[in-house]
Amino acid sequence: MCRWCSWGSGDCAVSPLFAEGSSAITGLRVRTVNTVLAHRPLTIGLVLAVALLLPFISSNYLIDVLTSAILYAILATALNITVGLTGVLVLGFIGFYAVGAYTTGILTAKFALCGFWVALPLSGLAAMLCGILLGIPALRLKGDYLAVVTLGFGEIIRIFLTNLNGLTGGPNGILGIKRPSLGFFPLDHPRDFYWFVLAMLALIVLVVARLADSRYGRSWVAIRENEMAAGALGINVFRKHLLSFSLSAFFGGIAGSLFAVKQGFISPDSFTFYESVLVLCMVVLGGIGNVVGSVTGAPLLIVVPEFLREFSLYRMLVFGAVMIAFMVFRPNGLLGSRMITQEIKDREDAAP
Amino acid sequence: MSRSASGKEILSIIRPNGAGKTTFFNAVTGAYAPTGGRVFLNGCEITGRSPDEVARLGLARSFQNLKPFAEMTLLENVLIGREIHMASGMLAAVLRLSAFHRDEAEQKCRARELLAFVGLEQRRDHLARNLTYGERKMLEIARALALEPKVLLLDEPVAGMNPTETGFVMELIQNIRRQGITVVIIEHDMKMVMGISDRIYVLDHGELIAEGLPHEVRANPLVIEAYLGGGVHAAPH
Repeated sequence: MCRWCSWGSGDCAVSPLFAEGSSAITGLRVRTVNTVLAHRPLTIGLVLAVALLLPFISSNYLIDVLTSAILYAILATALNITVGLTGVLVLGFIGFYAVGAYTTGILTAKFALCGFWVALPLSGLAAMLCGILLGIPALRLKGDYLAVVTLGFGEIIRIFLTNLNGLTGGPNGILGIKRPSLGFFPLDHPRDFYWFVLAMLALIVLVVARLADSRYGRSWVAIRENEMAAGALGINVFRKHLLSFSLSAFFGGIAGSLFAVKQGFISPDSFTFYESVLVLCMVVLGGIGNVVGSVTGAPLLIVVPEFLREFSLYRMLVFGAVMIAFMVFRPNGLLGSRMITQEIKDREDAAP
Repeated sequence: MSRSASGKEILSIIRPNGAGKTTFFNAVTGAYAPTGGRVFLNGCEITGRSPDEVARLGLARSFQNLKPFAEMTLLENVLIGREIHMASGMLAAVLRLSAFHRDEAEQKCRARELLAFVGLEQRRDHLARNLTYGERKMLEIARALALEPKVLLLDEPVAGMNPTETGFVMELIQNIRRQGITVVIIEHDMKMVMGISDRIYVLDHGELIAEGLPHEVRANPLVIEAYLGGGVHAAPH
């Protein structure tokens, strides 16, 4: 029996609360922040199947666009850790993308020190290191101030890349970055490379979704909801902030590395403030704090504009209108969030 | 001012008017840095430590202005309090190792026990934002208890509650004390304070003007004067 209550007949075998040893494990099914993966296996499977089969009916050009969309989806997934889950607005996120891309470019092409498979994790780690170095001072700031600092970081990275001629090639960038190969199987064909990037996305989404649905994700959301209460419950807010920030940076760097080998050429022009905003829009559009949602925002904002090339002059206009419409009619993003489903559930419960 | 709380008792801090008591809680728990004085918990100095350190050392609190994690379920709210007792690491979470599942299931079970203790077990999967005011207060108590604290500070636990709810909270606080937890309460509701306190401290303008058992404090002329103003002829000596 529980020492706290007389309740003990439920499916949770109640054990003395403060006693040592394990409580009986129960099959609790709780809808946590990001269990969408587990709850909609059919939808996820269907989307994945379509994504896998798309290259068979697409031109090489379209495959290239889709690959870009997937890279952005990785970026959005990474950014969602800080912006969505932890509630920290980052405006210069593309800086981490740039660091990852240039690390791969410098290591594999410029100085040809190592192959892609060594450069890939190193790119992630380099971006992560930048995240930690930026985060330690910057995360002491709150809200808008922090956003401005990260914006500055993104710009500083870009200006560095433009001026560090010896290392980065300056405005001319780095040429001749080779596509990787999987063992003896080269990923030169756009279709093969597309599948590779898709697999990376799936892996990263899985990792992030699992982290989100664990004590780490819970603490991040708790900090987002109320920092003071989280602190009073023993959570070291600064450390959790730094963890989410550096993880975001790490996956951003990985995306950058993939971008470098996809393009074969990188220059500072690819890492402008516009890109940071674009990724942020994807997170917002997909549903802030929703891991799977971030993935849905990216194809929309990359593929749809490609089809509207004739109207490219008005792209930003349409963009702005769509974002405003979303904020008004669907503030929780495309996939919605459990907030809505939960309310329906509450209403059902309230009804006799 | 000097306060001490020895084991397993219910201690109340009262004060005629608003300011001062919550500040005292904030200073003790590390939310504000105290300008003077020292705070000890079980002989260990906690003055100037950060709120999360203080919490890990065994001092839990509730807030006067409620701060539930609105977009999280009740169970998740309480699980945040269990966070310091969770051992499974990041790799276990990503790879879904058995250590992760064991940890999660165990802590969820304990969180459910605590929700049951405050009478919210049925609503464990609801979002905290959908709770009533009284329920939110109960949730905050469950969340604070999840830390397994040695001392629990409750900031106006029955403010804004009806008599039935107040009765429930009083019973709850007595049950918490029975678990060996010292409870320190800041409260305006005199009936509640007199009803459950083992000891009462009376503050006025940051000074301790009286302390003792409920009936002693009630009879203390200084307290009467502080509460009712100088018009009452119970002159201090």
